[in-house]
This record gives sequence, structure tokens and C-alpha cells, in this order.
Amino acid sequence: MAVIREDLQTQEIELNMGPQHPSTHGVYRALLTLDGEKVVKVENIIGYLHRGIEKLAEDRTYTQVIPYTDRLDYLAGMLNNLGYVQTVEKLMGIEVPERAEYLRIIMAELSRLASHMVMVASMALDLSGWTAWFPPFRERERILDLFEMTCGSRLTVSYMRIGGVAADIPPGFLPALEAFLNDLPQMIAEVNHLITGNEIFQARCRGVGKIDLETALAYGITGPNLRACGLPFDLRKARPYGIYDRFEFDIPTLNNGDSYDRFVIRLLEMEQSARIIRQAVAGLPEGPVMAKVPRVIKPPRGEVYHQIEGAKGILGFYLVSDGSNKPYRLHIHSPSFVNLGALPKIAAGGNIQDFVVNIASIDIVLGEVDR
Amino acid sequence: MENIFTGIAAYLEGLLAGAPPWAQTISMGLLYLVGVLAFIFLNALYLIYLERKISAYMQQRIGPNRLGPHGLLQSVADAVKLLGKEDIIPRGADKWVFIIAPVIIFIPAVMVYAIIPFGKGMIPVDLNIGVFYFLAVASTTTIAILMGGWGANNKYALLGSMRSVAQMVSYEIPLTFSILGVIMLAGSLQTSRIVAAQENVWFILLQPVAFLIYFIAATAEVNRGPFDLVEGEQEIIAGPYTEYTGMRYALFYLSEYANLVSVSALAVTLFLGGWHGPWLPSWLWFLIKVYIMIFIFMWVRWTFPRIRIDHLLGFNWKVLLPLSLANILVTGVGIKIYQLLTLGRW
Repeated sequence: MAVIREDLQTQEIELNMGPQHPSTHGVYRALLTLDGEKVVKVENIIGYLHRGIEKLAEDRTYTQVIPYTDRLDYLAGMLNNLGYVQTVEKLMGIEVPERAEYLRIIMAELSRLASHMVMVASMALDLSGWTAWFPPFRERERILDLFEMTCGSRLTVSYMRIGGVAADIPPGFLPALEAFLNDLPQMIAEVNHLITGNEIFQARCRGVGKIDLETALAYGITGPNLRACGLPFDLRKARPYGIYDRFEFDIPTLNNGDSYDRFVIRLLEMEQSARIIRQAVAGLPEGPVMAKVPRVIKPPRGEVYHQIEGAKGILGFYLVSDGSNKPYRLHIHSPSFVNLGALPKIAAGGNIQDFVVNIASIDIVLGEVDR
Repeated sequence: MENIFTGIAAYLEGLLAGAPPWAQTISMGLLYLVGVLAFIFLNALYLIYLERKISAYMQQRIGPNRLGPHGLLQSVADAVKLLGKEDIIPRGADKWVFIIAPVIIFIPAVMVYAIIPFGKGMIPVDLNIGVFYFLAVASTTTIAILMGGWGANNKYALLGSMRSVAQMVSYEIPLTFSILGVIMLAGSLQTSRIVAAQENVWFILLQPVAFLIYFIAATAEVNRGPFDLVEGEQEIIAGPYTEYTGMRYALFYLSEYANLVSVSALAVTLFLGGWHGPWLPSWLWFLIKVYIMIFIFMWVRWTFPRIRIDHLLGFNWKVLLPLSLANILVTGVGIKIYQLLTLGRW
């Protein structure tokens, strides 16, 4: 007869995961309530990377804000630049030269590629698939080289200007871009070979961190994470900004809304980005890359909201102008922040290993979460 | 070449000829211990380098290449660095448990080498229950990991050590059962006899399933990827080793590599014909085979992502265990049929 001790009981423990932890992707901290290995409750604790960018912008001229936007989602600097300068242009009604528009598309999509590559690589790494980390980062290096060629910076590019772009592309750019685009399918194949098709990877990701479409919409999840739930919503198609309406591309969607789909959707979107870049290169006109804009940017009084499809979801800029040369108020709607808000919902019920997969799969960048 | 090590042993034994028998036994025992320790340390130093190089080549990198020719002195530099590190004992730690855990983990790692036949006539202690001894001693590793994880008073360490108990205790069962097939064929637990029984045919050919089970279970036993849940860097920092620094940390890693070598050596002894092989000296054959095994372990580690804890246990109890039991049954029936055919009787 087994003796059952009534006085023995289990106890939930609280575990502070982060802000220094190998797989919280920056200084994110989660307060986990654990029952053994099972995650009962997740509490997001953020703010470790808060730099007050929105407040800082109030004391900078409109042009001086551009470098700050690089530091939002530092994995896709070009996209943040694009979102901000288009907001100011919308407020001032500036027409951007054709060539600059095309260059912006090329750079923005390259940035999206780079960001998705980091996501794919780091998700593989968070599952301890060390080797699969390398092909995406190898190719990302080439994107950064292209950026460096054009504007001298690799990560914090500050390439876009109000009214155009900072510099035209150098002579070696297009051949290098062409070579990169030709090698991209091979990289995707390598990743699929190494990790996507792996039995262990699938076992760990399929059905993990599942979120249905209604809940995703209720939480305001956007970007690839939403498309992995099955809704083909992409601002590039839904509300085209810039010249996105001139390009032909598909919006890949998957239906399960689990970590595996969120991973695969990035690989699918890479192919579409490459398609857009090819079309933009083919249609790239000659001409100036900067519009005639006044030396001192002084938008008229008023407010404007503009949003673009960032690498992680809808990236919005809300700008209030009081007619001076500095923004009265700048607010940034950052997709990582919104997507992270759904993490407690997504991650509850899994175990610690699932939690790591979930963080990786929703793809947060703390620079954007904390601003 | 063949007798170089046995020759040295015989010479040293000759020097002790005048001493009383108990002194001779103790001295020779100590000598074997020194030999085994040298073997472990040299291997561990080289394996750290090898692991980094192999992973580098798998990942389109170069790996260590600064210190010494082709970076060969890198692990020496690492060891020296670790020696100079501050020895930190966390304030809330269970001090003595925390301090002795790295020592305790190292003891079984060395002890298991006693029954490894390194070459012809090169076996430190030829126990008649050799394989059993190996398994029994190796299983105590869990206690040391649990001590380290508990003593550190760190939640990550505790989680890691709980994983280690769940993992190692359950994987010991298919490990043992896979070895049973070999023991049935050889008719002995003595490692020298098992090697001798493989003079004509290696047991990997007769026991392929057992070898596979042994390989998987051994990977889990020594906490290597994809079963490296105990350390699980991405989830629990470094598991039980999280709070360790300097030489204590190094001892954990040393014993980890020592365990890697010993399970590879046992695999060679049980399945790959031990030191048998043409032309080359027997100990060299043994070393080559051990390194082939180690390479496969590393290959697997740097290819697969980490498995999840519930899948890990499910796989063990639902797949490996029934499979190893079936293997024992098939082996038993096979042996009887073989006896019937060759001897004409049961």
C-alpha cells in the first residue's frame, strides 16, 4: 500500500527570464510563473531599452529625427526611415522624384529581407539549430554590404531624406544586387533543408504558440504574424503607399497561426520581396534622387498619421506640427510592441522551451518595443 | 609499436619486483590511474579544439586559428584562462554541496575507464562484470548534476538538474537493454571477452538495432545535442552549471568530454570490434574507432535542433524501450536457432 502524504504539495515558482538571457532577443524581461517546466503565466516587463525617442524628436529638426528612426527596429532601418520621411512628405505634400521612389522600394525590401533573415536565423538558433543560423546571416551580410556601398552605414542607415534619398546608388550596386538575388533561392533551400524540414524542429514548432485569427485581430497583431493566421492583409496591397501599386507580388498566407507557420511565412515573404526588387530594378528610371525641398523643413500646422508595412507589421508615425521646424509631437506605433502584447496569451500553457520558441516566432526587436 | 604501452607497464612492474605484493598492487593501480588521467586530459583538450573546428567547418567558418599551428593551442589557452578566473560561490548557495559537486561528477567519469580495453592486453582492471560496472558507475553522474543544480540555489540550475534526473534515469534503461543483446552474444560481461568474441565479426553487424539504440541513449546520457536539455542554453542559460566559474566550471566540462570519450570507447568495445584491426597497432585501431564515434556524436550535435523535454521522455518510453526489448527477444531467438543449426541441439 502506497502511503499518500497529504502534507506534501507542489508549488509554483516565479522565474525572471531576462533582461539578460540568451534568447530574449535583447533586454526583454518576462516574469514567468512555472509549474515545474510548464509556463502558467507570463508577464511582460519592458522598458530596459527606453531612450525616449518620441520625446527627443520634439527637440530635433525634422531632418534630425531621421537617424533616431534607425534605432527603432535596428534590423530594418530603411523601413523606419521610409515610414518617417513619407509621413513628413504627406504633411508637406512633397512629390518625390521617380528614381528616388524606386530606390526607396529596393532599399525597403532589402531591409525587409534582412530583417526576416535575422528572424529565421535566430529562431533556428533558439531551438539550438546552430548550423542553420549561418546561411541567413551569410546572405544578410551581403545586404548590409549593399547598404554600406550606398550610404556608408550598414545597420543605422539614415538613407532616406525628406523629399528623396541621400545618395544615388554607386556603379557596382546593381550587379551585386543581381548576384545576391540569384543566390537567395539557394539560401532559402539551405534553410529548408537544414531546419524547416527537420523532424525535431517541426515537432517543436507545429501547434506551439497557436493563435486564432479572431484573437490575433483582437490583440492588434499585424504583419507576418497576422498573415500566418490566414488573413492576407498587407498594407503594400491594401493601402499602397509610395509606388507599391505598380508592382506585382503575392501575399503569402498560412492558416495555422502557430510558431511553425510564423517561421515559414517569413521564408515565403522573402521570395516575394525578391520579386518586388527585381521589378523595381527593371523599372528603375534615370533622374534626380532628391526633390526640390526647402533647406529648413517647416511643415504647415496640422497633424498626420501615416503607416507602412514594416518588417514586423504595421509601422505607423503620428506627427503633429505647430508650424515650427521641430515636430510638436511624434508618436510611433511600433509593430513589435503590439505583437509582444499578445505573447502572454500565446505562451501560456506551454513549457519553457515553447516559450523561447514563441518569443522567437513573433519576432520582436526591443529597440522598437521600448522606443 | 604494438607493445609500447604494455612494455612500459611491464618495465615499471619489473622495477617494483622487490616490493611486497600489496605495495605492487597499489603502485600499479596508481600508475594506471595516472595513465587514464593523462588520456582523459589530453583527449579533452583535443576534443574541445576538435569540436570547435568541426562545428566551424559545418558552418562555413574557420574556427580557432590564432594560437599555435591551426589554433591547436587554443584549448590550452582556454584552460589557463579558466585557472585564473575568480572562484565565485553564490551567497545563497548550499556551500558544501556546491563545492563538491564538480569533484563528484569527475570521479565516475574517471572510474569508468578502468574496464576499457585500450588495446591488446591494455585493460587497467579486467573485471568479470566490466559492462555492469561501467553502467553502475556512470549512472551516479546524475547525483553530481543534481547536487550542482540544487546547491547553486538558482532556479535555472534547479530546472536543469530536474531535467537531468528525468532524462538520464529514463535513458539508462534502453541503454542497458541495448547492451544486453551484445552480452547475450558474447556470453560475458567481461569487456576483454566481449572484444575477443568480435575477432571474426563485429557485433554492429549482428546487433544493428542495438547499436542504434545505444547511440541514441548514449547521446542522451552524456547530454549532447539534440539531447542537451540539461544545459539548454537557450532556455535555462547553462542549467546546473549556471553559477559555476573557473576551475569548477572546467571540471564539469572536463567530465563531460571524458564521458563522451568513455561512451564512445564503450561503443567501440561492444559494437565495433574493440581494438581488433589489421596492420596497425591495436591501441591505434581503438583510438581511430573512438574518434570516428566522437565525430558522429559531434556531427549529430551540430546538425539537429534541441528536442523538447516531453518529446524526449515520450520517445524514450514509447519507442526506444519497446524497441530494445524486442531486440533482446529477437537476439535470444536468433541465438537459439543458430545453436540448433550449428550444434544440432538447443
